[in-house]
Amino acid sequence: MKRLLLLGLGLVALLVAPLGQGTYVTYLLCSWLTFGIAAMGLNLTLGYAGQISLAQASFMGIGAYVTALLTLAGWPWLAAMPLAVAACFLVGLALGFPALRVQGHFLAFVTLAFNTLFFLVARNEDGLTGGPYGLSGMPRPDFGLLDTAQQPAFYYFTLAVFLAAAVLLWGIVRSPWGRAFKGLRENPIRAESLGLDTRRITLMAFAIGSAYGGLAGALFSPLVQYVEPGSFAFAQSLRILLMVVVGGAGFFFAPMLGAAMVILLPEVLRFTEGYYLMIYAGAVIVLMVVCPEGLIGLGGRLRDRFQAPRPRGDLQEGARP
Amino acid sequence: MTVPVLAVRDIAKGFGAIRAVDGVSFEVRPGEILGLIGPNGSGKSTLFNCILGQLTPDRGSVEVNGRSVSGRRPFELSRLGVGRTFQQLSVFPKMSVLDNVILAGQEHRGSLLGRLFAAPDAGLTAEAERLIAFFRLGHLRDEMAGALSYGQQKLVDAAMAFMAGPSLVLLDEPAGGVNLTMLAGLKERLIAYNREHGTTFVVIEHNMEFVMSLCTRIIVLAEGRIIAEGPPEAVRADPRVIDAYLGG
Ligand SMILES: Nc1ncnc2c1ncn2[C@@H]1O[C@H](COP(=O)(O)OP(=O)(O)OP(=O)(O)O)[C@@H](O)[C@H]1O
Ligand SMILES: [Mg+2]
Repeated sequence: MKRLLLLGLGLVALLVAPLGQGTYVTYLLCSWLTFGIAAMGLNLTLGYAGQISLAQASFMGIGAYVTALLTLAGWPWLAAMPLAVAACFLVGLALGFPALRVQGHFLAFVTLAFNTLFFLVARNEDGLTGGPYGLSGMPRPDFGLLDTAQQPAFYYFTLAVFLAAAVLLWGIVRSPWGRAFKGLRENPIRAESLGLDTRRITLMAFAIGSAYGGLAGALFSPLVQYVEPGSFAFAQSLRILLMVVVGGAGFFFAPMLGAAMVILLPEVLRFTEGYYLMIYAGAVIVLMVVCPEGLIGLGGRLRDRFQAPRPRGDLQEGARP
Repeated sequence: MTVPVLAVRDIAKGFGAIRAVDGVSFEVRPGEILGLIGPNGSGKSTLFNCILGQLTPDRGSVEVNGRSVSGRRPFELSRLGVGRTFQQLSVFPKMSVLDNVILAGQEHRGSLLGRLFAAPDAGLTAEAERLIAFFRLGHLRDEMAGALSYGQQKLVDAAMAFMAGPSLVLLDEPAGGVNLTMLAGLKERLIAYNREHGTTFVVIEHNMEFVMSLCTRIIVLAEGRIIAEGPPEAVRADPRVIDAYLGG
């Protein structure tokens, strides 16, 4: 009940957010929602399924380039987007194969190398990607009734895609797949011994997470109307990772919160002039040291501290054989 | 002649110069509770892992219900009706007891894609609750598995091995670290399960009291080979067994 109320309030806030705001703030909000989708995907791969990936920006890149090329060629966004998502699903599936052999730091390096590879291809294949100059002039989608060329129409379009992506992810993590992903994260050997095909579910964790990166890219292209390799470099992957970790990997709302922290907070801190990035970096360090489970984990801890402790079943009844 | 539930033929596995398992063959009949004992390092766990696809044996073959399972992956054995526990405690610490047990059953239902669209609990809550109650963990249903005591986690671990309704269960030291009262409870539960469902067990255990009173037949392993086999009393009195244990 309390949750539903909170959710309703959040929705209303999202609906009224751009009202009366200038283009810059609306642009920031769109950027937040877009990166929120990319972070949602990484949260599935890393937070739920426990597979580290430092390549999420490259999937945003693949999604953005595919969407840019197709819409520039006259395709409607609604036709380009599914292709962008499907391309990322397939490439993500392929990137999942190394994860079947290596884990942890090694997997981090494999995915990092992939991101670098993507960057180099995007920069050097001038014929297709426009090289370092990138592609520009992508139209914003026009749905007849809703032309998103102007704000805040584009914001509402982004919001609709964001909400659909969130609902879909909610469905996935609530289904038996969600339990399987967590089992993979917590104890893959035990999970396999209980009948879980850990290889397939690992590949799915990468493929779905990457598809979300692709969807974010499909929104990024018409938002910025300019894609160039630098936007999808390794540093951007780290930024998406930061969103997930700061929010609290493995919690459903973590990516939204984390993306807000990474994209919106620096703007809020701008009044401190030259110091804002330092304050921001300091806050991240303190958070990670104090609560590695991120902001949502921190919230949970505060709640536990101020709530009467809940007696555990067996302590209540006395230990039973 | 009934088909053996498990037939192990000439399994061998070495790690570098160590011959952990060195040509082991045996059969397990339906409904039997077979004990597998032997000194530390005699190859019991390695043998289990070779049977269950966790390790690839250097030679030998394994049949479950008359069907060769050599080269199968662990999840396939689980789906063929073979449950197991590991020597080390092996639960999903950040999931509730109920979720632990449901996960132990859900992968046996429908297809991978079907499970994406299935109910969140895959329709298994009632069944999981029954099993949790059977292992007398009902009051801990919603606790995080990682927050339970060692003995309680050991019971959750055991319960998971039964969730998919296996025809054969391999238990690696289920009584390790479990207190005496709980131990008696566990033994009684295993025997009850065996009677009710006709499930076959192979149990590795160091606690002699526990093995001797639980098992109908015992195999003794030393340095990767079977050195004795027979009913509990005979094995207990066998001088080779006493030798292997005392000789170290
Ligand atoms: N992964 C491994 N790598 C190298 N050696 C191993 C490995 N696993 C087991 N061994 C060795 O194989 C031998 C048998 O080990 P195993 O764990 O099967 O014994 P065990 O009978 O289960 O002993 P315990 O009763 O102590 O559990 C030991 O000498 C052990 O050191
Ligand atoms: Mg062992």
